[in-house]
Amino acid sequence: MQLSILFPAIVNGILNGALYALIALGLTLVYGVLHIINFAHGTLLTAALFAAFFLYRIFGLDPYISVLVLTPAFFLIGYALQRFVIGPVSRGDDSNILLVTLGLAVIIENGLLFAFRGDTRTIDVAYGFAVVPFAGMFISVPRLVGFAGAVVVTLLLWLLLGLSDTGKAIRAVAKEKLGAQLSGIDVPHIYALTFGLGAACVAVAACLLIPTYYVNPHVGNAFVLIAFTTVVLGGMGSIPGALIGGVFVGLIESLCGLYLGESLGQIGIFLMFILVLLLRPGGLLGARA
Amino acid sequence: MPNNSKRFTRRKFMQSTALTAIASATGVVAAPSILRAQGGGVKIGFLQPVSGALAYSGQQGRLGASIAVDEINAAGGIRDVGKIEPVLGDAQSTPEGGNAEVEKMNSAGVSAIVGGYGSSICLATSQTAARYDLPYLVDVGVTDAIVTRGLKNTFRFGPGFGVITKTALANLVAINEAAGKPAKTVMIVHEDSAFGSGLAKLLNEQLPLQEFQVLETIPHPTPTRDFNNVVLKIKAADPDIVIPANYYNEYVLLARTMQQQQMRPKAAIYSVLGGAASSYKFVKEFQQAAQYIMDCNHWFDPRNAKAQALKSKVEAQGQFFTYEVYLNYSCTLLLADAIERAKSSDRGRIIEALSNSSFGGHVMPYGPTKFVNGQNQGAVPTNTQVIGSDIQVILPEAFASAKAVYPMPRA
Repeated sequence: MQLSILFPAIVNGILNGALYALIALGLTLVYGVLHIINFAHGTLLTAALFAAFFLYRIFGLDPYISVLVLTPAFFLIGYALQRFVIGPVSRGDDSNILLVTLGLAVIIENGLLFAFRGDTRTIDVAYGFAVVPFAGMFISVPRLVGFAGAVVVTLLLWLLLGLSDTGKAIRAVAKEKLGAQLSGIDVPHIYALTFGLGAACVAVAACLLIPTYYVNPHVGNAFVLIAFTTVVLGGMGSIPGALIGGVFVGLIESLCGLYLGESLGQIGIFLMFILVLLLRPGGLLGARA
Repeated sequence: MPNNSKRFTRRKFMQSTALTAIASATGVVAAPSILRAQGGGVKIGFLQPVSGALAYSGQQGRLGASIAVDEINAAGGIRDVGKIEPVLGDAQSTPEGGNAEVEKMNSAGVSAIVGGYGSSICLATSQTAARYDLPYLVDVGVTDAIVTRGLKNTFRFGPGFGVITKTALANLVAINEAAGKPAKTVMIVHEDSAFGSGLAKLLNEQLPLQEFQVLETIPHPTPTRDFNNVVLKIKAADPDIVIPANYYNEYVLLARTMQQQQMRPKAAIYSVLGGAASSYKFVKEFQQAAQYIMDCNHWFDPRNAKAQALKSKVEAQGQFFTYEVYLNYSCTLLLADAIERAKSSDRGRIIEALSNSSFGGHVMPYGPTKFVNGQNQGAVPTNTQVIGSDIQVILPEAFASAKAVYPMPRA
């Protein structure tokens, strides 16, 4: 293996990893507060990709502009899902929540398949193939934007949780639900708010992903396992952990793909995953909910 | 998708396959047929992966089959047997899903099954069908093992790996020699299931015999999220020819990444069963990335009036005319012809009729069918190349519409 492709592979892994992190942010947030794994996360990503696609195809809205539309829209969708579907149906039982999100995933995925068939759809934006030449390699501009987006969203979420009253309420609910409730915090509202934030993160990820990727009713499945891995590696519920975990996963995937082949490359991620669980069960940043 | 295999009313059938009035109104009558429906009808299972990773191909296959069924039924059904009652099944893109559907179809009393699509699915489902002596007509699955296991119920209308690889190599050698042998080295990028791995194995055996050096063979899973590393490897090795063999989504991602990384091989991107290389959809959406890509793949007979009528009908529905459509259309006509000659919906008699089939009313450049051990002997692939905004046939010369642009411009 030539060393000349090692550096581009590392850069590529970091850029891919940032997108994984962005997808994983919503998942880790929901886990951190609701203490459940959201099985509908991948299908929400699919739905967001479809939304970004149709905003472009029907209204000519650039995916980067669509962020401004889809982020609040998916926040509301996420809020409504938790407030009016997941919350009432699960009746506070964690195992019920798992089943409800799994059911939602099946419904959303098959609903999209029914509505849009299995067609693979892509968009062709002017900058889709734009690159920045750097040290003998070509760095994809949309991937760079994705990286920047992931960093910005992570920072914003971190600030929101750390500095705002809402963030404090979210953290309070995550740490001690009953105590938060006794302090006057509207727990169902905070739950829904958190789920909404998770869905909003997915919408941002979709807008940053679609210029270089495709959408079909199953596309979210390609990312959901990676997102779960990222969350556990970074530390369940940890916002900076998701970013570090995502970049770490991207890097491992890229290097293992380079040296072991694309088919075996995934093994590296899960070997690392097992190692982290053995040596540092709380994840890289040891998040505490 | 629960309850995927079910008896379909005409209405449901039309809904599920997105066929509207166009299909029934055009009334193009395909062979076999005319006259009809004195029998009580015949149930035929149409098994496609209409959900999961192969959903697009499955839905396209179902579209082709449904058009054929509509045409036959609109003309009165199959002589002495009656109208076709389609029983639709979703293989869910997995062999297990396909097997479950075969069991349901058998319980529903189908007389034969058409479809399967993926090699892995076809291998499993044809074997399950064999347990019930259920005639199974493979639409696409190219692994040769499908027809080399001695299953009497299994027939493949299209070509398999062996013929495809042989034709692809012969044509590559011919194209390369005609241009003064500019290409000597090759890289193969293939998906890692039965289809891609089997093809890569054959290519690795055969290419050195034709004086091509295989620099590297790169397998990848389906789905693959990113091809940057693969393209980095291609760039580093700088082969004369890149041979991709994968499904549509991965093919498009690979071609786009190659364009973005400004990677053009010296001589050609020469696909063998390239998932998108001879796809009108790919050419329309990414004309620049698709430019000059060659493919050795399933292709309809452009001289055949019925093929052109089918193409118009499919495009009028807003769908792309892909190989899944015309292969399933042809398979359905072929099976209907066999049932007509069997004069019965009896499975054994249909198998016998298929074995003796010399059906020529399909839309492929195969000539009349002739099955030997279940394989249609006339089935051959065609070489195409994306030139401008269209896909041109470059070989065989008998119906070529353009000369190959080879070596491809690197700019």
